[in-house]
Order: sequence, then structure tokens, then C-alpha cells
Amino acid sequence: MTKRPIRWHIAVFLAPAVLVYTAIMIIPLFGTLNLALYGEEGFRGLRNFRTLLGDPLWSDAFWNALGNNVWFFVIHMLVQNPIGILLAALLSSPRLRLAAVYRTAIFVPTILSFVIVGFVWKLILSPLWGIAPSMLDAVGLRGLFAPWLGQEGSALTTLALISVWQFVGIPMMLIYAALLSIPDEVLEAAEMDGITGWSRFWKVQLPLILPAIGIISILTFVGNFNAFDLIYVSQGALAGPDFATDILGTFLYRTFFGFQLQLGDPHMGAAIATAMFLIILVGVCLYLFGIQTRLRRYQF
Amino acid sequence: MTRPFRLALLTTTLLAGAAQAQEPVTLTIESWRNDDLAIWNDVIIPAFEAQHPDINVEFAPTAPAEYNAALNSKLQAGSAGDIITCRPFDASLELFNNGQLADLSDLPAMANFSDVAKSAWQTDDASATFCVPMASVIHGFIYNRTAFEELGLEEPTTVDEFFAVLDAIQEDGTYIPMAMGTNDQWEAATMGYQNIGPNYWKGEEGRQALISGTQKLTDPQWVQPYEQLARWKDYLGDGFEAQTYPDSQNLFTLGRAAIFPAGSWEISVFTPQIAGAFEMGAFPPPVPAEGDTCYISDHTDIGIGMNAATPNPEAARTFLDWVGSPEFANLYGNALPGFFPLSNAEVTLEDPLAQEFISWRDECESTIRSTYAILSRGTPNLENETWNASANVIRGTETPADAAARLQQGLDSWYTPAQQ
Repeated sequence: MTKRPIRWHIAVFLAPAVLVYTAIMIIPLFGTLNLALYGEEGFRGLRNFRTLLGDPLWSDAFWNALGNNVWFFVIHMLVQNPIGILLAALLSSPRLRLAAVYRTAIFVPTILSFVIVGFVWKLILSPLWGIAPSMLDAVGLRGLFAPWLGQEGSALTTLALISVWQFVGIPMMLIYAALLSIPDEVLEAAEMDGITGWSRFWKVQLPLILPAIGIISILTFVGNFNAFDLIYVSQGALAGPDFATDILGTFLYRTFFGFQLQLGDPHMGAAIATAMFLIILVGVCLYLFGIQTRLRRYQF
Repeated sequence: MTRPFRLALLTTTLLAGAAQAQEPVTLTIESWRNDDLAIWNDVIIPAFEAQHPDINVEFAPTAPAEYNAALNSKLQAGSAGDIITCRPFDASLELFNNGQLADLSDLPAMANFSDVAKSAWQTDDASATFCVPMASVIHGFIYNRTAFEELGLEEPTTVDEFFAVLDAIQEDGTYIPMAMGTNDQWEAATMGYQNIGPNYWKGEEGRQALISGTQKLTDPQWVQPYEQLARWKDYLGDGFEAQTYPDSQNLFTLGRAAIFPAGSWEISVFTPQIAGAFEMGAFPPPVPAEGDTCYISDHTDIGIGMNAATPNPEAARTFLDWVGSPEFANLYGNALPGFFPLSNAEVTLEDPLAQEFISWRDECESTIRSTYAILSRGTPNLENETWNASANVIRGTETPADAAARLQQGLDSWYTPAQQ
């Protein structure tokens, strides 16, 4: 019996990706986890986490940031993804003209930088020079305008909707692709059985695009719990008004790098980063083991 | 790699090194003053390079809000410039304690500065000075003099007169009485609380008492400034909650607002933007009662030091010594009216508004911002909390008493005053 040769080519082809990924992702990740276990005076075990969750000075800020982050995610799930599905459904309608134009226009904000998006929306919504107050004025609804980004009650929701505006193109594209991949035979068969119009969408197309919606949800989850840029650009690192827009990313930035007279604290910062990592890990695991394994896949 | 090729590489590297040694040294300055880029490049650096042709200087500023974080990261990574612009007090002290800023106590130019000027960049026992003091900024109110004349208003000297003036502007309706927003938070603390506060807590007396623990932030003299700030709300423009600092600056320079709670640094920003469209004036923070001594915040704001890891310490020291000279003080004071040199040298300022600001040093007692020295060493950070509290008080979402109690509670959680 001849010995099976060692398949070197697998290792060779995997090596570049594994090496690069290890160097720039895995090692820093463990570095961060390790940093969180130390303090100025040396090894602290889990005491940084006890401070983060137990000391009211830290835990109030942490729960506030986490709560805001959850709200940020909820808005995305409730607004961005349904709109994305709706747009994809409209775009895939064969009777729609200029579909490519709409598709491009809706997708373009996704490739803009956060800085531009934040700045443009801040200008649009500015009570002084903004176009929003004068547009509302033109239709006699000036009374509805408020300095939304400056009020505690509305600032976070406003920012979440700005982010939805920016990223709605991604669920639209993924679902559009999923809708296009449904073979015509399936739809025709449904038609033969008398399933048309809305019931065709609910009973045939939606079940077939559920895996795509699942992927989008998890991408949104990871993106939202890692979010930082938009808040930082439009509200600053202190995430005003009165920390109403503070999310885990801005909280991490302030703690890790310091802000103005506050010096950075890499150890507490690493503890927050670890907490973020765990939150995202738990969320992704719930999805992978709880939802994805139950999704039925269809082979055509 | 073939041998000749390797040799060739080695030779070029050596030759490049030799060639570099002939070339002038380049010093890079880290700074948060991106507004001043043109002045450094057109006035200050050419003046220095004319005297020192062997040293090139490059001014490389970052945005003010990112400066501390960016600088700390660059210093840790070893990629920071040779010359470091120093924030006052603890931020720079920390860099010095970490060995990232060099000790400059023996720099000859240090003799040109008073102890007060140097205090912002010294160790607590004053044994080592690590930055050359560059400039201070004075707080007050800049106003649109043309608008005041139009409405027949006078500069207010007391708080009551101040609100009477604001009421008069409000009633007339042509101008927004005061240009300030709470979106960026820091104006509320810096141009609000720290601007009007010293009149209540009696400048240095109150600041020292707070450090020594004989006064608390909940004492009336520390709460009253918040009570005045709470009254400002009605005089700020529509939608001030979402108004940013540049928005406020534009409102004032476009002539739409009558009063701007200011720091003197605005002079060099406003003058070219207004370009003679209207005349500006300035008044110091109004005192609570007629005849009270006035106190102003004359804050040691900018120093300049040397990266301890610079490859060119000799050139850097030469440059810093020049920054400490009377020549630089005159050049800088006039190029940037509103940044007042801290040097003992005689400086003649040409800008009338800058003259107005600096004249308050004779009439009033000077102090620095209450939260900067020692009290912002812990977490929660008193300065950052003061931003948040001041903005909340102006927006009316937190009462002055609650805000003060929260700040004192935060301070108590980590600060034990040395009982003196």
C-alpha cells in the first residue's frame, strides 16, 4: 500500500491568508483581551470588568452606551431591512423602467465616507442654515421642525435614520440578488397553482430569500455594535447631548485614547473592547446555532 | 539575491546616509492650532530659518479635538515630531513623567518667563520645566459695536446691566442676542462657565480653595455661575441645541448675532472674516454687583516642548530657545492677536481688540480655568464633566444645584484634597 503523499499545496495556498489574518487580526485580538486583564500596577485578573460593571461611575456609562447601541440596532432592523426588502421587490419587478438608475442612486450613499454623510446631514438638519427647516416651511409644517440632533430625545434616532439612509443599499442589493436567483420555473409553477401578486411574495419569494435576510441581519448587528464614525463625526467624542448618543464605540474611544484633559486608560479601554467582542460573539453564535441551522435551503 | 545587487543596495544606503548628513535638519512641530498654519508658514518659520539656515522647520497640525489622542499614539509608536506643542497642566505633565517630553529647565530662554507663566508646564514641586510657555488666552465677550450703536446700547459692567442689554437686543429683534450653541459642549464650559465664573469664586482664591478642599463645587460661589448660565438659554438663537461652534462663529461674523461669549483667540479668526463689515468691541465678564473687583480667566494655554526621542535634540533646543526670545514674543503676539505672549519681554500689540483684552490684566485679577490644574487627574474627569454639566444647564435639562452636586460627587470619588 502506498502512503498517501502529504498534500503540501494545501498548506502553501492557505499560508498567506492565515499569516496575514493572524498578524493583523488574531494577535491584536488576543493582545486586547490580555491588556484588559492588567492595570497600572500589574495583573488585575477580572477586576477591570468588575469596575466596568460594578462601579456606578463606569457601569452607568456602560449600560447607557449598550442601551443606546441596542436602540441603534433596533431602528436598523425595523427600518433599514424592511425598506431594503421593499426596494429590492420593486426593483425586481419586470415592469419597472430605469431600474438601474434607481439601484445606483440608492446604493451610492453606501460608498460615501462617514465624514461626508455626517457633515451633509448635519448641514441639512441645521436649524440655522439647513434646508430641512425651509423645506418644512414651504409646505407649512415649520412647526414640526426641531433641532433634532441637539435634543436628548431625538438625537440617537435621528442618527440611526441617517445611518439607515446611508446603508439601505446593502440589504437592497443582497435581497435583489437573492430574488433574481429564484428560477422562473418556480414562479411559473406557483402561478399555475394560482398564487400571484402579494401572496406570491409572501408564500414563495420571502421563504426563498430568508437566508439572505438572515445574513443581512447579522451584518447589521456586527456593523451596529462596532459603529463609531457617524456619532463621532456629528456629535463628537462626548456623544452629546448629555451622552444621549453615546454608543459602545464612542465610549471605547473616549476611554482608550482619552479626551481633552482626560488621559487615555488602555486597560479599561481594552476591557470595554473585550465586552464589545463578547457581545458580538454571543450575537453571532445565537444566529449561527439558533437560526441559521433551522433555515431551510432549497436547491434548484 | 545576487551578491553584486546586495552590495549595490548597501552602498546606496550608506551613500544616502552620507548625503543626508550634509542636508539641513528638519524639525517637525506637532500642534492642534491648525487655524495658525498660514501664520507659521508665512511669518514665524521664515523668520527663524533666516537666522538658522541649517534648520528646516515644518508645522504639522492636527484637529484640536483629536490632538491629544493622536499625539499620545504617535509618541507611543515613536512617530511623533521633534517639537511638541504642549497642552497646559496634566496632559503634558503625564507626557513628561512618561519620559516623552524632555526636561528644558536649563534652557537659557527660560529666564524670560515668570513662575506663574511656567507653572502650567512644571512638575508639582516646580523642580523641572518641560515646555517653553508660549501664550495665554483671555475670556470675555466680543460684541458687534455697530449693532450696539444702532440700538443705543452701552457695554454692560454688572450682571443686571448685561441681562438688560440682552433684553434690549431681544426686544428689537434685528439680532440674535448671543451666539452660542450647546452641540459641541465645550463652549458652554469654556466660554460660559469658566468665562463668567471667576467673578463669583474670586479667581485664584476660589480655585486654590477648591484644590485644598476648603470650598466645594456645591458652595454658592460655584453654583451661581450655573444659575447665570441657565438664564442665557432665552437669548441664544433658535435651535441652539444643535448649533455647533463654527455655526456660532459664522452667526457672529455674518452680523446676525450681537454678542459672542469668547476667548481672545477669536480675534485672529474674526478680524479677517468680518473684513470691516462692522466694528467689534469687547467687554470683560460682568461683575455680580456694582463696584466688585473683576476677575478674568487669563489662561496659560500653549507651551512648546521637545520630544525626548527626537533624533535632533541640538536643533530642537536651538529652536525652542528662539521661541523663548523677545523676538518671537513680538512676532507671535502680533501675528496672532488674541494669543498673549507670556514672556516678560516688552511686547507691543497693534490690534485694538487685542489691546482691549490685554488691558483687563491691569483692571482685573487674573486666574486660570478652575478645572485644569490637579482637579482633572482622575476619572470622572472634572473638565469633561463640566462640559456636559454646563451644556445641560444651558439647555435646561439639569438644574444648577443638581449639576454642581453631580460634579462634586464625581470629584469626591477620586480626589482627596491635601488638608492644609
